[in-house]
Amino acid sequence: MVAQNIGFAIIAIVMVVGALRVVTTTNVVHAALWLVVVLAGAAAQYILLAAEFVAVTQVLVYIGAVMVLFLFGTMLTRSRIGRDSGLNNSYAKLGIPVAVVLFAAMSLALADSFGTEKLPTDGEIVTTQQVSDQIFGPYLLPFWALSFVLLAAVIGAIVLARKD
Amino acid sequence: MHSLLAVEIPYWGQSVLRVLGGLVAVLLPAGTIVYVFLFKMMSFMQSRLGPMEAGPYGSMQLFAEVGKWLQKEDIQPDNADKRIFRMAPIIVLMSTFLLVAVVPFGPDAWFTNFETGVFYALAVSSISVLGILMAGWSSANKYSLLGGLRAAGQLIAYELPMVLAVMGVVIQAGTMNLQQIVVAQNAGSIFGTDIVGNPYVLTQFVGFVVFMIAVQAELTQAPFDMPIAESELVSGYMTEYSGFRFLIFFIGEFATAGVFAMIASTLFLGGWGVPFSWFGWTTMDSVANWMNVAGPLIVFTKMMVLTFLIMWIRFSYPRFREDQLQRFAWKVLIPVSLANIMVTAVLKVAF
Repeated sequence: MVAQNIGFAIIAIVMVVGALRVVTTTNVVHAALWLVVVLAGAAAQYILLAAEFVAVTQVLVYIGAVMVLFLFGTMLTRSRIGRDSGLNNSYAKLGIPVAVVLFAAMSLALADSFGTEKLPTDGEIVTTQQVSDQIFGPYLLPFWALSFVLLAAVIGAIVLARKD
Repeated sequence: MHSLLAVEIPYWGQSVLRVLGGLVAVLLPAGTIVYVFLFKMMSFMQSRLGPMEAGPYGSMQLFAEVGKWLQKEDIQPDNADKRIFRMAPIIVLMSTFLLVAVVPFGPDAWFTNFETGVFYALAVSSISVLGILMAGWSSANKYSLLGGLRAAGQLIAYELPMVLAVMGVVIQAGTMNLQQIVVAQNAGSIFGTDIVGNPYVLTQFVGFVVFMIAVQAELTQAPFDMPIAESELVSGYMTEYSGFRFLIFFIGEFATAGVFAMIASTLFLGGWGVPFSWFGWTTMDSVANWMNVAGPLIVFTKMMVLTFLIMWIRFSYPRFREDQLQRFAWKVLIPVSLANIMVTAVLKVAF
């Protein structure tokens, strides 16, 4: 457990630094790359929790697809090297209080509902097979519904993007 | 690995051995592929001898080339985004090292026995796109940026048929663990005979062809080499790289070819195994220990066969046009692999 905690701390520090750099950096491509660091850190945390399927999905979907599309888009449109003025707008006065209030509300809710309760340290590891058995067993209908929503979104995007 | 040496190696010792093994598993195929295929086979196909001076039949040529690259000046463009420029080749090579970690080489000779091995391989192979985009953007060069964007578009388009082609194998084997996929192929039987086991290249031939085409595109080898098209984009995202940074890209390109060939041989050709019926084995536990030594050699042989295919096609066909490439991926490969999945699933339930 000690090794796990140390690993968690290191990854968490990297993630926090990365998250701060996403919003403070003055270059939009750098911001996207720092976001990659944060997302990779999340994948590493899933590995620490022995949730390998979620971790691999995180890498495949977020780093391999979403971030590549992000970078693709920013590089196609605005991709200057160096500082990009006008990237940071002046909503900090509004944003910081909102963030503080949100953080306080969430930590209050967590502390209130769980208190000193701890997760069992010898918890069972959920294998990928169990995950798939659940998705394609009791949760088949929600899975189908989600698939249809995604399909509708894809078709909608094509309809909106096509001119003819 | 520990049972091979008949002594208990502590965890850190195993980890060191695995890291060294990973280095060998990445660099040795890369060197072999470059010498045998890029230097010699390409020369013979073009009716010339290739390198002949350095060592017998030019076999030391590669070391000379590496020495040349290492002593070159490290040039970085003035306007380049220096830190990202330096990071990009390393990220490309890192994805190769992450990829080799799941390839099994024998009953105990593996780096990680990952439960979702196939899925992991597909996920980490997509990390190299990030490195290529970073290289293209940070070079501060229009050609490089165009090359990087072409690469990203191509790699996203061909990742889908690759995932879908692998799905047929996963359905048939009933597992995503590469080690168990190997066992399922070698312990299986086809049409009632188990003389060759059941390598999935026989039952999943469509998937195999789609997978190899997608690999060709993922490696940006001709005829899918628009991102590095030297005659129109001056090597695309690699334009500004020289010296050892170029060397890293170069190693990455051929090492990834080797690792993808290893994964393809594991998925479709039976991996490290020989048909278990030859020696009367039935399950993983009954496999003899000498397979830990023979397994890597078998994987290496199969890898050479598959990289031969990749290089043969590379040297034979002219480059696609950008729109032909996208149309081929979305209108041919993806429908074909989807149909393959449906047929496989129906047959799996029927038998």
